[in-house]
Amino acid sequence: MTKLPTWADVVLVPLISLLLAAIVSAVVLLSIGQSPMEALSVMVEGSVGSAYAWGYTLYYATSFIFTGLAVTVAFHGSLFNIGGEGQAQLGGLGVALVCLALPWPHWTLALMAAMIGAAVFGAAWAAIPAWLQAKRGSHIVITTIMFNYIAAALLIYLLVNVLRPDGQMDPASARFPEGAKLPQFADIPLLQNLFAKYGPDGAVKLGKDGLAVYEQVPANVTFFIAVAACFAVWALMWRTRLGYEIRAFGKSEKAARYAGISPFKIIMVAMLISGALSGMMAINNVMGESERLLQNSAEGAGFIGIAVALMGRNHPAGVFLAAILFGILYQGGAELGLWTSIPIELRTVVQGLVILFTGALDQMVRMMLGVFFRPNRKGAA
Amino acid sequence: MDYATLLQMLDATLRLATPLLLACLAGLYSERAGVFDIGLEGKMLMAAMSSAAVAALTGSVWVGLLAGIGGSLLFALVHGVASITFRGNQLIAGVALNFVASGVTVLIAQDLFQQGGRTAALTGAARFAQIDLPFAESLRAVPILGPFYAEVLSGHTILVYVALLLVPLTWWVLFRTRFGLRLRAVGENPASVDTAGVSVVRLRYTAVLITGVLCGLAGAYMATGLQAGFGREMTAGRGYIALAALIFAKWRPWYCLYATLLFGFLQALALRPDVIERVVGVNVPIPALDALPYILTVVVLAGLVGKATPPRAGGEAYVKER
Amino acid sequence: MAAQAKGGRQATAAPTSPYAIELKGISKAFGPVQANKDINIQVPRGTIHGIIGENGAGKSTLMSILYGFYRADSGQILINGTPTAIPDSQSAIRAGIGMVFQHFKLVQNFTVLENVILGAEDGPMLNSSLTKARKVLADLSREYELDVNPDALIEDLSVGHQQRVEILKALYRQADILILDEPTGVLTPEEADHLFRILKGLKDQGKTIILITHKLREIMEATDHVSVMRRGTMVATVKTAESSPESLAELMVGRKVLLEVEKGPAKVGQTVLTVENLSVKDEHGVVRLKGVSFEIKAGEILGIAGVAGNGQSELLEALGGIARASGRIALNGTNLPLTGAKANGQTRRAAGISHVPEDRQALGLIMDFAAWENVAFGYHNAPEYQKNPLIMDNAAIWADTEKKMATYDVRPPIPSLPAKSFSGGNQQKIVVAREMERNPDLLLIGQPTRGVDIGAIEFIHKQIIALRDQGKAILLVSVELDEIMSLSDRIAVMFDGQLMGFRDPETTNERELGLMMAGMNGKAAT
Repeated sequence: MTKLPTWADVVLVPLISLLLAAIVSAVVLLSIGQSPMEALSVMVEGSVGSAYAWGYTLYYATSFIFTGLAVTVAFHGSLFNIGGEGQAQLGGLGVALVCLALPWPHWTLALMAAMIGAAVFGAAWAAIPAWLQAKRGSHIVITTIMFNYIAAALLIYLLVNVLRPDGQMDPASARFPEGAKLPQFADIPLLQNLFAKYGPDGAVKLGKDGLAVYEQVPANVTFFIAVAACFAVWALMWRTRLGYEIRAFGKSEKAARYAGISPFKIIMVAMLISGALSGMMAINNVMGESERLLQNSAEGAGFIGIAVALMGRNHPAGVFLAAILFGILYQGGAELGLWTSIPIELRTVVQGLVILFTGALDQMVRMMLGVFFRPNRKGAA
Repeated sequence: MDYATLLQMLDATLRLATPLLLACLAGLYSERAGVFDIGLEGKMLMAAMSSAAVAALTGSVWVGLLAGIGGSLLFALVHGVASITFRGNQLIAGVALNFVASGVTVLIAQDLFQQGGRTAALTGAARFAQIDLPFAESLRAVPILGPFYAEVLSGHTILVYVALLLVPLTWWVLFRTRFGLRLRAVGENPASVDTAGVSVVRLRYTAVLITGVLCGLAGAYMATGLQAGFGREMTAGRGYIALAALIFAKWRPWYCLYATLLFGFLQALALRPDVIERVVGVNVPIPALDALPYILTVVVLAGLVGKATPPRAGGEAYVKER
Repeated sequence: MAAQAKGGRQATAAPTSPYAIELKGISKAFGPVQANKDINIQVPRGTIHGIIGENGAGKSTLMSILYGFYRADSGQILINGTPTAIPDSQSAIRAGIGMVFQHFKLVQNFTVLENVILGAEDGPMLNSSLTKARKVLADLSREYELDVNPDALIEDLSVGHQQRVEILKALYRQADILILDEPTGVLTPEEADHLFRILKGLKDQGKTIILITHKLREIMEATDHVSVMRRGTMVATVKTAESSPESLAELMVGRKVLLEVEKGPAKVGQTVLTVENLSVKDEHGVVRLKGVSFEIKAGEILGIAGVAGNGQSELLEALGGIARASGRIALNGTNLPLTGAKANGQTRRAAGISHVPEDRQALGLIMDFAAWENVAFGYHNAPEYQKNPLIMDNAAIWADTEKKMATYDVRPPIPSLPAKSFSGGNQQKIVVAREMERNPDLLLIGQPTRGVDIGAIEFIHKQIIALRDQGKAILLVSVELDEIMSLSDRIAVMFDGQLMGFRDPETTNERELGLMMAGMNGKAAT
């Protein structure tokens, strides 16, 4: 097989994979009598066509950045953490417990405490599979899947029997106190100008109090924490000894032993960080958006992290871009459900296809690309 | 608990265990051949949708069953191409196919029936009918055994009996036939098969396709036997429970039966909280029952109760070593 | 004999050739590596033919071609005088060739019987195959001293018995030609003796046997003819009776251009390393290093000679903190931990031991890491590589890499290039630079010039001498006798996990060392 240049491997392989996923999705759409072009335009318009659309796209992207980073950190240690969903749900529990514990005076304090709660609970949920892998050799993929389901059951129990306020019907925690409310994009000075509502006359709409009215979007300050997390993970992986050890272990366990790197330590630490990142996603959806803990709060974002990490080539910059892309896919998919007869589930199909092409059929994609990168033999002969 | 309630519970157990058993045996073939498959869920879902859709359109459950198997086989084939031919990551391939199935089933069902991703409700010949075993009614009078025969064993759809028969059949294929010997060998040490002049690739594809057929039966039973039509995500994690059962059963056919019956019983219990409360005296939370199969599997994986050793060559593509 | 493998072999007419196997002009390349170059060999029927050569000489590749595992790039295979194409293992089996691989191809949780019939079943049902195989196996066992319990699980059998199962597999398929690849590597001496009795019995029944080994003793003991391979070529084929271990050893190692190393007399100082009764078990519980004792003084190079696989790797790994061991290792009088969490590469480095591992690609380098990252490998905790307690000083590592690349003449001198993109010699220079520049009290260096070009060999040798002259203790492990003789101040020979004795390079010669390497002086060292 022809060896690809590095840039082609990093840039072209994910792009071709995406293209293949798009082509297959288009074929699916055509076969159910829908127009792929129409779908594409609705999705693009609804996800990036306005500030309002971006307000949703970035909200989804924020969650995906966290789960994508979580998968990335574990991947670098050659661990496939498929348990992001459960870890994110536990993170949500951590956030809820923190937010409900005190009448928080200011959101910054609540945020900091909630971040710790989310990270600790997420990491704790990853700790058992990690320990079982490191000490007993139990396959981490299977154990993390099992822990996803155990997490779901645990949360249902807690929401129904413990956290649900008296007199409330739906299985959810109480609403968080006002002091734990995170600023959304429309609450942030300057940024909020983008979300101003305009009247028919083109002037900014004013409320009864004479102040401008803004469109409420779920994107919130967590987005900036996610961006910071990208930077932090990058620094961790490529600027610290720990990251160095994780990457070395992931590339070759044998060589890592030669260098005196402890496999047990790396497996534990990589998974704890991974779990903590998954858990921190809950800041975005639980604290920043729903403001109470709901059942199935992660809504599949833990799994999307796999696609995001694969697509982003396990680099935080790639994860950031891939998360935005999946944010577009998610918001666009929701718009499809609103404005067309194409079911919202199209996004799940695309997500699955991206995982398939980037994660399992990557050799096929490389082979296809290899055709274009054959060295020119004329001169060599 | 009175005997009648017990019989009701056991009857439900058998019904609920059947899709688990079929999927569990499906996974057994693939994993015994060294191809890990966490895509059982997706294949079941695909089969459930295809069988329900075609049964609704044709009015024949048998044509539906074939369609279900076809849908599942298609996914099995993709899994095979990714993990055998292109030596891709078997686990990622499985995860990916589960997502594709989760979405594409709704897309197709919505396109065909416009009922919010469900298929039309199945009636009459489009569903599997219950089969009354011979003398079920006349033997009912026999104490203890009679009602058991009539209530629990009799009155299921054909796929329940097929699933039960597949257990000894799988055991026989695996341990009494040439194919089974080679299948087990290729999952333990593909080099042993390769040096004996037998194709590793062909064996693994065969196994993966058998997995497709059995997942097809599992999904078809869900949509045309257990329920009357397809609904989105109707398998509800049963593919993963089957996977758990497979590990719990240590990849052995008879243990698969026991494990899926146990997990099926837990599901039946979860439907009857009143029974638990009456028997145990305390209010066992339903989620605890839901989680129990997974917790038990983790316990087994951890080696706390016996050691579940997966096929040694599982999860890895075969490359001739230099 | 009653054995009837399914399908049977192609019926061959009365053989027209006295040779069971003839290979004509076989060549095989893996990318740029020429594993076999124009190999010609004739193996007379009913004989035991030895093929001997160092690791990497191309023996296994040649046999894999014969068994249909690889296809030769060119050349011809004649079986009993008939040109035969062997595109896959199935064809080899049909042509009557059986192979016992170095790493057995057995299914661990199958019974002996199941392993024997696998791929050679009589029909779709197992029962009749098993019944028949049980009977055939009983006959074979009686005939060739090959007794194994047919119902035992492979994982419960000793390695020697597992090997018998492999032989039985071949015989069950009616193999007339049996290839054994390094069959005694995993056997005890008693098991090896038994194996050779079996092989003699097979020969007496008219079977042709090819024995691949790097052990001279076995060749002398068991074979009728012997072919010597070196670096992909066949250098000689002789009658065993007319050769001697010394002449074979010479042929094996080859008379290379002897690189004279400028080396003054050693100025020996205090004892740096003391090793007492050091033993290492591998993961299967087999003792690979059997109670070795020696010491190395400052300013001295101790060379460990020996054929690969006689415990040298385990010695290096135990000293380097990779393998768990028992016994005693003391550096400058301080005992080092041999088990537990403290016995690791980091504590060894901190104690002043540097380690250039034998296998630079599997151990010494992370092949996907850039050169500059590899320069910090194992020393990533070193204070000079840290900007602050949290962040590594990548710029410092980079600068250090540039410096080391210049000093050690690594080409191309591009720190960002991944290790896998360098040639073998330059990869080795990166490892050597990293380990030597640490200024260790003790340097462990294994196969310093394996797969390294001539220019780099000379350079690395000079560096080793220079380090010695700075008063460092050096443990040199090499299968290259020349290298050992020209660099060492003292030579110890390892055989079967033990030291056979110490020699002075000034007074010993290759012949004496060759005999010791073959385990022939019999006296264990004290």
